[in-house]
Amino acid sequence: MIALLARDLRLAVRAGGGFGLGLAFFLMVVLLVPLGVGPEPDILRRIAPGILWLAALLACLLSLDRIFALDFEDGSLDLLATAPIPMEGVVAVKSLAHWLVTGLPLTLISPVLGVLMNLAPAGYVWLVVALALGTPALSVIGAFGAALTVGLKRGGLLLSLLVLPMYVPTLIFGTELVKRGAAGAAPGTPLLLLAGITLLAVALLPFASAAAIRANLK
Amino acid sequence: MSIWEYANPKKFMQTSAWALPWVAGLAIVVLVGGLVWGFFFTPDDFKQGSTVKIIYLHVPSAMMAISAWFMMLAGSLIWLIRRHHVSALAAKAAAPIGLTFTLIGLATGAIWGQPMWGTWWAWDPRLTSFLILGLFYLGYIALWEAVEDPDTAADLTSVLCIVGSVFAFLSRYAVLFWSQGLHQGASLSVVSQEQVSEVYAWPLLTCIAGFVLLFVTLVLLRTRTEIRGRRIKALLARERRL
Repeated sequence: MIALLARDLRLAVRAGGGFGLGLAFFLMVVLLVPLGVGPEPDILRRIAPGILWLAALLACLLSLDRIFALDFEDGSLDLLATAPIPMEGVVAVKSLAHWLVTGLPLTLISPVLGVLMNLAPAGYVWLVVALALGTPALSVIGAFGAALTVGLKRGGLLLSLLVLPMYVPTLIFGTELVKRGAAGAAPGTPLLLLAGITLLAVALLPFASAAAIRANLK
Repeated sequence: MSIWEYANPKKFMQTSAWALPWVAGLAIVVLVGGLVWGFFFTPDDFKQGSTVKIIYLHVPSAMMAISAWFMMLAGSLIWLIRRHHVSALAAKAAAPIGLTFTLIGLATGAIWGQPMWGTWWAWDPRLTSFLILGLFYLGYIALWEAVEDPDTAADLTSVLCIVGSVFAFLSRYAVLFWSQGLHQGASLSVVSQEQVSEVYAWPLLTCIAGFVLLFVTLVLLRTRTEIRGRRIKALLARERRL
């Protein structure tokens, strides 16, 4: 499994810009917002948590079809299916690799973009905490969507239709957490709910994704 | 004699052909009866006036929108466990009906909300979770359409249905979980003291029964259509081979 993780990470970093692309997209979306909405600091401060979360979500969505599609096309997924590790493990490792190349860098770079969006000073810690807690759920849920659509030729649009509704709770509670943190309010409830969603998704969804992959490989 | 006998498409077609006119007739009688009773023979609410009567469409359709997903869940589980094609096709047949009920629930809610809350739509947890349920229906139908191999499509949509039932559950209990927002609590309840008065409750229950019957009718009809479609495909495939 470690070998698989290392392989996925190497592929993501070396082959064709999958690694930087999500990050660049995140950057572009956040940079475009002040140009579109107007640079008034008050408005930006108010919408900053929502915009940062939305951008993270879209950046994550953009790279989802890479999780399984390439391996499905060149047949490595068939080999992985016959490998001694269970499909659930393969899915979990691939989700982890996806998180390491999209969710983690997004989390690390988000304070910089918080400055651009004029986020309230108290909000930075909570922004990082919220993204660190929430983005694993985005990767795992996304892997489920990717597993469902892996056999389709043009699954991209369908993938977003399937995945975005499932992202809503994470988006709501992630944004709420940053908002409360920025306003200096008690962040307990959204923090716990966000962590709960992520843990639930990480614990259960790999089984569903593995079932979907198996159905697609049949 | 067991229930699995009806998993045989032929047996299902025979039984449903016999049952369909009865269920359909009963659905029409109960639904029309309930709606006429509700619309014309109950008093106006002292605060809401006659707008209260949209409850006879709103509550049953919202209930059925959520129940339809659970029916699809049952169908999907039976397909995954016992591989009965009829149950997968019944789940497929139920999805557009559930989506329609969801849309009716949203539309009547908006029409009701406009004079009462002063707004067509509010980002209230109950409304939002219901809208997400509608999106799940869309995704489910789209996935059925997108996958070519029917067995793979049934497998994939079944898995999606199981995952989506978390959200259907959330929609179902959103009325109880969150007290914030504009939407009121449950209108009908066995234990709670707070519910609509009896003048409204009986016609409402009749309408709910009517909607359940309507749902059963439509699912039977659409499942029969799906089975016939499957048969035609099989016939065409055989023709081509000869």
